[in-house]
Amino acid sequence: MFESLSSRFEGVLKRIRGKGRLGPEDVEEFLGELRVALLEADVHLSVVRDFQDRIRERAVGVEVSGALNPGQQVVKIVLEELTGVLGGETHRLTYASRPPTVVLLAGLQGSGKTTTAAKLARWFKAQGRNPMLIGADLQRPAAVEQLRTLAARIDVPVFSEATDPVSVARAGLAEARSLGRDVVICDTAGRLAIDDDLMAEVADVAAVLEPHHTLLVIDAMIGQDAVNTAEAFHARLSLDAVVLTKLDGDARGGAALSVKEVVGRPIAFASTGEALEDFEPFHPDRLASRILGMGDVETLIEKAEETFDQAEAEAAAQRLMDGTFTLDDFLEQLKALRKMGPLSNVMGMVPGMAQQMKGVETEVDERRIDRIEGIIHSMTPGERTDPDVIDGSRRARIAAGSGTQPNEINQLVRQFREMRKMMKQMGGSGGPGRRGRKAKGGKGRKGGGGRTTARGPAPIDKKKGLSLPGLGDPAGGGFGGLDLPGGGPTDRM
Amino acid sequence: MGLRSRLGRARDAWSSHLATVRASEMVDERTWQELGDALILADIGVSTADELLSEVRQRVGREGVDDVDGVLDILKSVLVDRLGGADRSLALGGQPSVWLFVGVNGVGKTTTIGKLGGREAAAGRHVVFAAGDTFRAAAADQLSMWADRAGSPMVSGAEGADPSSVIFDAVEHAAARGAELVLADTAGRVHTRSNLMDELAKVRRVAEKGSGTVTETLLVIDATTGQNGLTQARQFAEVAAVTGIVLTKLDGSARGGIVVAVQEDLGIPVKLVGVGEGADDLVEFDPVDFVDALFAADVTA
Repeated sequence: MFESLSSRFEGVLKRIRGKGRLGPEDVEEFLGELRVALLEADVHLSVVRDFQDRIRERAVGVEVSGALNPGQQVVKIVLEELTGVLGGETHRLTYASRPPTVVLLAGLQGSGKTTTAAKLARWFKAQGRNPMLIGADLQRPAAVEQLRTLAARIDVPVFSEATDPVSVARAGLAEARSLGRDVVICDTAGRLAIDDDLMAEVADVAAVLEPHHTLLVIDAMIGQDAVNTAEAFHARLSLDAVVLTKLDGDARGGAALSVKEVVGRPIAFASTGEALEDFEPFHPDRLASRILGMGDVETLIEKAEETFDQAEAEAAAQRLMDGTFTLDDFLEQLKALRKMGPLSNVMGMVPGMAQQMKGVETEVDERRIDRIEGIIHSMTPGERTDPDVIDGSRRARIAAGSGTQPNEINQLVRQFREMRKMMKQMGGSGGPGRRGRKAKGGKGRKGGGGRTTARGPAPIDKKKGLSLPGLGDPAGGGFGGLDLPGGGPTDRM
Repeated sequence: MGLRSRLGRARDAWSSHLATVRASEMVDERTWQELGDALILADIGVSTADELLSEVRQRVGREGVDDVDGVLDILKSVLVDRLGGADRSLALGGQPSVWLFVGVNGVGKTTTIGKLGGREAAAGRHVVFAAGDTFRAAAADQLSMWADRAGSPMVSGAEGADPSSVIFDAVEHAAARGAELVLADTAGRVHTRSNLMDELAKVRRVAEKGSGTVTETLLVIDATTGQNGLTQARQFAEVAAVTGIVLTKLDGSARGGIVVAVQEDLGIPVKLVGVGEGADDLVEFDPVDFVDALFAADVTA
């Protein structure tokens, strides 16, 4: 997600980052590009204007100060403002002192409310709660059936009846109390923000439920209308937070910025795939760094930890960064990555990957991975360690063994070399493995830059600086990366 | 009933945005900026908006127009020209004909099929519904309610079944009973998932393996869709040879301006427009009405 916004930013920043002093015309040129980038990302026009104004105010007349040149300072300003718009911290769902905790979901048709209801129930269950679902979408044919089917998969009870949404909500809440369920999630019919009758109806449902959390479900692909929608729902329901769905596509999701800015409510959860487990609390700081092409290191590391153990992860990441990994390692990586979910999701989390992979291999196709596994399995241990020994006859043997074509083997070896080279470069400039592992360290090293994460401050190697792989030149030429002295721009994140 | 009357209850003549433009007599830079804003707010996109306005500026200069109403008329006619001229009919001619519906999740594919099936059945066509969305829980149940309303048969498979085979069966079922038209639903899919897009390409191929011909592949796009709509259209067109767009949910506050870029860039015309949840809230696309509605203000009912 957000790749395009990242690449756009990178292009703009590249041009100004080397300057010693920024004139008003430099700033205006930058702001013009920024405007187009944000509009193409579906950020609302009014939000874009505010964003431009704030950056203009802070960027004009910026001079060299300390270790940061003006271009770097503008990067810092954009990062800070972006983080500010997205919301400074992660929204947490609190539990009612007198259960059940009631969650109401509302939104436009097709935004993903029913699927979100089930995903949310699964999430609460994983937190050790006993959720119950209420199916109050009596409008769309078979919506309650859909909810029941999904709920059966995660073994969560559903209450619904063929009356009217308000009665269903009332009876459902009573049912939850009598069953002693401690969380109730109510799905509602999709409705248009301009449909007065239906908006009044959902307000009635809310009046009966008195929800502790009213969540607006919004599709990441939504355009300028996100603001109208969010404002209208907020006016009726007094929203607490937003769930952003379908973030697994390539929509740039500027709605996240717009909604946060206009209704002042944070994004609580993001949905990143069709499976019920593709759902996680939303981390605005991570998204801001992702927009700037820095990658989402924390999420990657967390996912990795969930799936395979820490030591294994560290060792693999180390070999990856050192550029000494073999095709065997590559195979292991592929297997481990596949355990973490769809590869396209994982790749997007690696810093700079979206950019770096552009010329290499952007299409991550699960079936192609099967073929790659087959090819590597058909190699001898020697060939896996040093693919350069593969000549014509070995190639023919491997192709026959794996049921592939010789040119596919050539292609794999070539891509493997490219990838090894790229990883080595990224490793050399402080790539994900290093930063990720240090993020576990907890305490910041004296004199290092402060990258405060949800897991505690993580030190940044002062000599190497905080490199933004997508922004900096991985080979170390030119700008090279942001050198952040103590109290650097990422402190707020 | 046409699009204009359908939207009449939701839209007023001009948005407050353009009202300020119209209030000023003189055409100046502010006029152009506000026109640009109106286009962007309608999700037409920055580059398409810029292109449109430069064409309008040329014509305004050439024709010596100096009043705001005149400029607006030219903008509308430029838009109508760009959208106009396309063949918007839905092709038949197969034995049976298959109309395949594709798109991302939640855009309204199943509902569109339901409405269209009702319309075609009412027009005396023998229609078969194919429940090709075997992924989303209860999608077949949803479609079967529409099939019942239309009084048409539906062919479905088990949840998780191969969608290609469900649609193939529906085509054979239709052929055996002399039905003319198969309306084939497919699961919503995000266009970046290459395995799901491959699956769709297969669905398209297999639908023609028997006696049927796919005479329309309709991409359903939600009017709220932002700039990502163009990427969606491009990807779906690539794998499934899209022949037309169905623009849904146009009765809300979203304008669906992205379809202008889709038709410009990919040459795929909008054929149908969804303007409500009712069985007859699916109408032919009309460029003039659409362009009017693009700049109209919302009126809360």
